[in-house]
Amino acid sequence: MEDRVEQTSQAIRNEARRLFEADEIDVFIGFESGSLPLSSRPAFLTAEEIAQDPSKIDTLVWDSFCTSNLATYLLRYYANEPNRRKKREKPYPRVGIAVKGCDCRSVYTLAKERQVQRDSLRLVGVPCAGMVDVRKIQEQCADEIVACEEVDDSISITLRNGESTKIDREKALRRSCLECRFPKPENTDSIIDTPARKPGDGGRATLEAFEQKSSDEKWQYFSDELTKCIRCNACRQACPTCWCKECFAEHTDLKWIGVGSDLTDAMVFQITRIYHQAGRCVECDACYSACPMGVDLRTYTNRIAQDVHELFDYLPDFNPETSPPLATFSEADSNDFITDPEQAHE
Amino acid sequence: MGNQVGDVATTKPDSTAETTIAADDWQPSIVAFLCNWCSYAGADLAGVSRLQYGPNVRIIRVPCSARVDPQFILKALQNGADGVLVSGCHPGDCHYIHGNLVARRKFAVIKKFLEHIGIESERVQFSWVSASEGSRFAALMNSVIDGVKRVGPSRKLVKEL
Ligand code: SF4
Ligand code: SF4
Repeated sequence: MEDRVEQTSQAIRNEARRLFEADEIDVFIGFESGSLPLSSRPAFLTAEEIAQDPSKIDTLVWDSFCTSNLATYLLRYYANEPNRRKKREKPYPRVGIAVKGCDCRSVYTLAKERQVQRDSLRLVGVPCAGMVDVRKIQEQCADEIVACEEVDDSISITLRNGESTKIDREKALRRSCLECRFPKPENTDSIIDTPARKPGDGGRATLEAFEQKSSDEKWQYFSDELTKCIRCNACRQACPTCWCKECFAEHTDLKWIGVGSDLTDAMVFQITRIYHQAGRCVECDACYSACPMGVDLRTYTNRIAQDVHELFDYLPDFNPETSPPLATFSEADSNDFITDPEQAHE
Repeated sequence: MGNQVGDVATTKPDSTAETTIAADDWQPSIVAFLCNWCSYAGADLAGVSRLQYGPNVRIIRVPCSARVDPQFILKALQNGADGVLVSGCHPGDCHYIHGNLVARRKFAVIKKFLEHIGIESERVQFSWVSASEGSRFAALMNSVIDGVKRVGPSRKLVKEL
């Protein structure tokens, strides 16, 4: 019996090959091995490339380091360039894309926001076993990691000093993956036959524990995390649903965010960024994985997703019909948070 | 209203003196975003009816509560406001039919989120006041001022210049 990583990678290669051979796609987006251990990076295979050298397909991999959300890369194919010729002359490229549960929900969120055309996509669903938090592995290693190999549920690490260790994959997973409600993609065009992990509680338990803190303790935590932020904007760039052409953070005429290193500017940036994801964030932790400083963004993206779920009974899911909650309203929405002076004085 | 308004910024105690100043001596500064059609008119009515309420409010008139981007609230807090109030027409009475219903969703989310990061819930408040509710406006202002006084001067998110 082949191991899970090799099996999944091979199945994705086969599916990509089939799509290219059937002339159903012009581009395939998946993952390839990164140049450093513990990293896989997005791969973009084009039909011309594959026609010239079919073996290129074998660069595709699917291991526990595919932490980016590939839906982020779809946007470029649908960019509304000012000089874009009429659609019938230059149709949108047909894109095949390997999607985890979260990537798939992002694709549907983007389709609802009309940022991608669902018809021109071929979604290859990959039931997800969870992706690792590289920092959790690095913490356990005394020296630089020079090589790693993943076989089923353990990751073997080789350090620069020659030592090697085995790490239990499950213990190194990202919190978002441990708590993920939708590890299995749905409404895809095809699905790879590999087991998905068991759905989690969506972070309810962690959030409840966090809620026990007082305002000041919560503020202290937020300050400690944001103090690490270097304002690199990687979190924004990694996020599939951050697609504004012009971000509030770059406005200069109405300057929302100061250019210096002031802590409150980093905070206002992050609060606004996450607030803008309300009802759209799929809790993929791509932002957290991209952050070079290890800022705990999960505690906040998780909260806003949970709040939207509680307030409007909505989670960004695989259903193309529902509308994003912040793009609509209802007369029946709760008034509970409204200050009523008559009640306050009773 | 009157003489105290301009002094508020300077009456803020410095951080070390916080506990030595009696609650009565400190006057919070509160920014209120009021919609043109209801709440602003309600504030006007409170004024012409000579109803008394605390002099701590700076009113910013906006066309509709839906005009208030949560970034306005963050900016007010960052620039040193001790409290922020947003008030519009009652649901169903919006001059733009459903501006306030759209706003209500935004506000519900940002209010919870600010509490989650550790901003006290008294600091950022939302309400509905109609043009005929001068007394409700005065009561609202007093209740917001009381709430903000209870949590004291704002220190979180304030940008030190
Ligand atoms: S905010 Fe972070 S967790 Fe949410 S969708 Fe964007 S990248 Fe994913
Ligand atoms: S990726 Fe991390 S360091 Fe960079 S701006 Fe986002 S939170 Fe700050």
